[in-house]
Parts: sequence; C-alpha cells; structure tokens
Amino acid sequence: MDMLQAILAHPWFTPLLLTALIIGLFPLVAGYIVLVERKVLADMQVRLGPMRVGPHGLLQPIADALKLLLKEDIIPEESDKALFWFAPVISTFTALSAFCVIPFASGVYVADVNVGLLVISAMSSVGILGIVLGGWASNSHYSLLGALRSAAQLVSYEVALALALLSGVMAAGTLSMAGIVRAQQERHIWFIFDNYGLMLIPFVVYVISAVAETNRAPFDLPEAESELVAGFHTEYSGFRWALYFLAEYANIFVVSAVAVTLFLGGWLRPFPNVSWLELPFNYGFPALLFLLIGLGSLRLARKLTWRPHAIGMTGVGLFMILLAGVVLIPPVNAVVSSPFWFLIKVGGFVYLMIWLRGTFPRFRYDQLMNIGWKIMIPVALGAILLNAIVGMLRIS
Amino acid sequence: MLDTIFFYVFALLTIGGAIATITRRSAMHSALSLIVSLLGVAGLYLLQKAEFLFAVQIVLYIGGIMVLFLFVIMLVNLDQAAKERQFNRQWLLGLVASVLVGAQMVWMLNSAGVLSLPAAVPAPAATGPGNIEALADLLFREYLLPFEVASLLLLVAIVGSVMMAKKTS
Repeated sequence: MDMLQAILAHPWFTPLLLTALIIGLFPLVAGYIVLVERKVLADMQVRLGPMRVGPHGLLQPIADALKLLLKEDIIPEESDKALFWFAPVISTFTALSAFCVIPFASGVYVADVNVGLLVISAMSSVGILGIVLGGWASNSHYSLLGALRSAAQLVSYEVALALALLSGVMAAGTLSMAGIVRAQQERHIWFIFDNYGLMLIPFVVYVISAVAETNRAPFDLPEAESELVAGFHTEYSGFRWALYFLAEYANIFVVSAVAVTLFLGGWLRPFPNVSWLELPFNYGFPALLFLLIGLGSLRLARKLTWRPHAIGMTGVGLFMILLAGVVLIPPVNAVVSSPFWFLIKVGGFVYLMIWLRGTFPRFRYDQLMNIGWKIMIPVALGAILLNAIVGMLRIS
Repeated sequence: MLDTIFFYVFALLTIGGAIATITRRSAMHSALSLIVSLLGVAGLYLLQKAEFLFAVQIVLYIGGIMVLFLFVIMLVNLDQAAKERQFNRQWLLGLVASVLVGAQMVWMLNSAGVLSLPAAVPAPAATGPGNIEALADLLFREYLLPFEVASLLLLVAIVGSVMMAKKTS
C-alpha cells in the first residue's frame, strides 16, 4: 500500500502516465476524428458515409488501421531512401511532442514549462521539415511541387499565427500554458471576450491561420488532389502514409488545444467563478450529453435490421447511459469534469475545422498568398497594437 | 549526471552536424546536417536553462531560415555542383594557416586566464522573474536604442531586397 502511495506521489508519475496514454491512445483518437469527419461531411452532402464496418460504421477506423498496417511498404527506386524513411518520423515526432505542454486539467500535463506556447510553435515549425523532406526525397514532380507549396504556405501563415498568439499572451502575461488558463480564472474572463471584445480579432486570425497551418481545406493546396495527385505524400503508402496522417490529425488536435487554452478558458467550465453554476455545468451538462447520446444510439439500434449491428449499437447506447450515471458520482466528477470541459471545447473546435472543409472551396495559390501576407499579417499586427493600448489603459 | 550525458549528446550533435555540413556532397544533406547542428545548439541552450533562447533558436533558425534554405535548394538544380571536386589541393597552406590561427587562439585564451578555470561553482538557484522577463527587461530598457537600430537595419534590408526583386518597367 505504501509502495502504491509512493508511486502515485512520485513527481514523474503523472508525466509518464500521460505520455503513455497520449502515445497509446492518440492513434485511436485520430482514427475516430477521421470517422467523425467522414460522417459529418457525408451528412453535409446528404450521404450516409461509412455504414458497413460495425453499426453505422463505428468500427471503420480499426479496419482502416489494420489495412494500412498490412499494406506493402513501397519505396520508390530513385528516391533518397534514408530521407524517405525518416521524413514521416519527423512529422509524427514533432506533432506528438507538442502534446507534452498541453494542460488537460489543473495539474494534468506532461510538463508545464514557462515557454510552453513557444515550444508548441517550435515543434510545429520543425514539423514543416517532415513535409518538405518527404516531398523532396520521393523524387517525384507532384511530391516536390506539393512540398514547395507547403513550405511557402506554412512559413507565411506561421507569422500570422504567432502574431495572433501574441495578443493572447499579452492578455495572459505568461507563456506557460497552465499559467494562461490560471490567468483567465483570476481575471474571471475567457480571453476571447477580453479587452471589451477586441480579442475576437486575434481569435479569428488564429482560427484562419490554424486551418492554413494544418494544411486543411480550404487551404489544402499542398495536397490539392485535382492538380497534384496527393501532394507531398503521393509516393507514400501503408504505414509511412499512416504516420503522415497521424501527424496531420495530431496537429489539428494541438492547434485546437492551443486555441482552447489561450482564448476559450482551457479546462475551465463556463463562468468558473460563479459557484452556483457548478451543479448544472459540471454535473448536469455532461450527464445530459451522455444520456442523450445513449438514448439516440438506442433509437438508432431499433432501426438496424442486421442483428449483430443492432446488438452493437444497443451496447454503445447502454454504455453511454452508464457513463452519464458515472459522471454524477461526486468523487469521479471532481476528477473528470475539468478534462471533460477541455476535451469538449477541443472537440467543438475540431468540428469547426471539419465544417469549414465541408463549406468552402479551395483557394487559388495567389489568393492564398494574398490572404496570408496582405490581410492576415496586417490585421494581426493591428490587433496587437489595439489590444496593447486597451490592455494598458485598463490596467492603469 | 543526467545533465552531463545530455551535454555530451548535444555537443556531439552540434560538432557532428557541423562536420557533416561541410563534407556532404548533396546540398540537401548539407542543409540537413546544419539543422542537426543547430538542434544541438538549441539543446545546449536548454541545458543552460535558457528556455527562451532554445525555443527561439528552433523557431527562427530551423523553422524559418533552414526551411527557406531547403526551399531554395529544391528550386535550384544542384546536380552539377555535386559532381565537381569539393576541396581544392591547397591543403598544405590550409594546414599551416589553421595551426597558426589555432595557436594564436590558445595563446590568447591562456593569457586571458580562461584555460585555467577555477573549480566548478554550483550555479545559483533561479530567483526572481524568469528568463523571458529578464531578457525583455534588458532589451527594452537598458538596450532599447541598439535594439531599435538593429530592427531599423533589418527594415532597410527588407525594403532593399524588395526593390532589387521588383522588375523595372
């Protein structure tokens, strides 16, 4: 028993456990983000999306993962083999290392360094190398063009992204990710609403640049399939392609987590300083959410004609209703409510990115550069100036 | 103990990367070796508890400058350069010159008393504001004028390069 206590109290326990959880679970999470994306896009286009593997396609990610792992690993004859092998590793490594400074709840992070936000930007800027080198090492015209476009795009939008973050950092007064959330708790405000609403400008700039930074539609020129086959990963297949895919979704999660931490209050529930709202927001909302998902799943299960699918869907529904019950237990709720709020905000942001993909047509290359250099950067600079002045006036 | 191991790892990365940068034939591999070297330097900064320098080193040098280097290398056809002889035959002269410069440096350092360093003193525990705050205080209070002059210089360079790139009509 003492042994267990000692292990639990050890300063390395939480970081190591979280690292193992992130590395072990994130591939699965990424798979399910893909499923959500396919389902949401299908719904927007009045289709059904994946329906065959598992009830309503719920096991599709696992089937896809197995397929990717079992595929032949093709390395082009004329490629730079060592680099071809190594490039996806850079992308995945940097994308997953950025997770180590994300605070999931108070005290739940791998590391809380005082340059947390800069570490994330550093990791995402090194991640560009993975794309550039992968495109170059493939020795294919499509890949090279994709890599060139990607390098130009990422370098351009990184500036706007960093400038948008700067406004948030000015409001928080620290670069530490956990410190930023604590600053919002002390100031009784989410930074998106700070400075009399002026912080909305950097938030919008951040959202647009973040979509560009993760190479997602409508900024997905590096992999514009109608012109470049698949862009920088044209020659990749099987496991290496899966690594690129994992890195892309890890990056989406990271930019969403940064937006949530810096602008949307991180792990804090809405109105964290109004104590009587704890019951509806920490107990009522999660329980109601899981209950509704459970009931919805049960309703869907009744319509499924194939028996195994119907049984599976019923299982999912009952599990969700069970979860709704579990989050109502006070000690459990004290632990899970903060990560719940963090993850639900990140989920909302990821949904926003999928929504954008389903809504906007792809930009032309010159439009992309114009937006980046002539609109985003000046607006972000202006926002810094405005927020600095207003912030200083409010303090004095 | 752990610090010492990390120091040697980063030092090895820095020196190995630097050597590979000048010996590789392919420009792409040279640039990559330079990135490894810069990463090693970043690691050394981190060991010195200069987190801000560490992050800025990676963001600026690797994320900014080196990506642009790679960009140019991919655009320009360097196959011809890779086939040419890499070093000229003046190695005797080079050897003499480098031994001379090396001896000069050792003599200089020795006369300044750097080579006979006193025994290691444990670093004082970090107190007061962090690395970033201290840096900002220095840059924007004490050295504000040099800082602004440097940024003006950069602005001049930017405007100049735009003028040169602009086609005369």
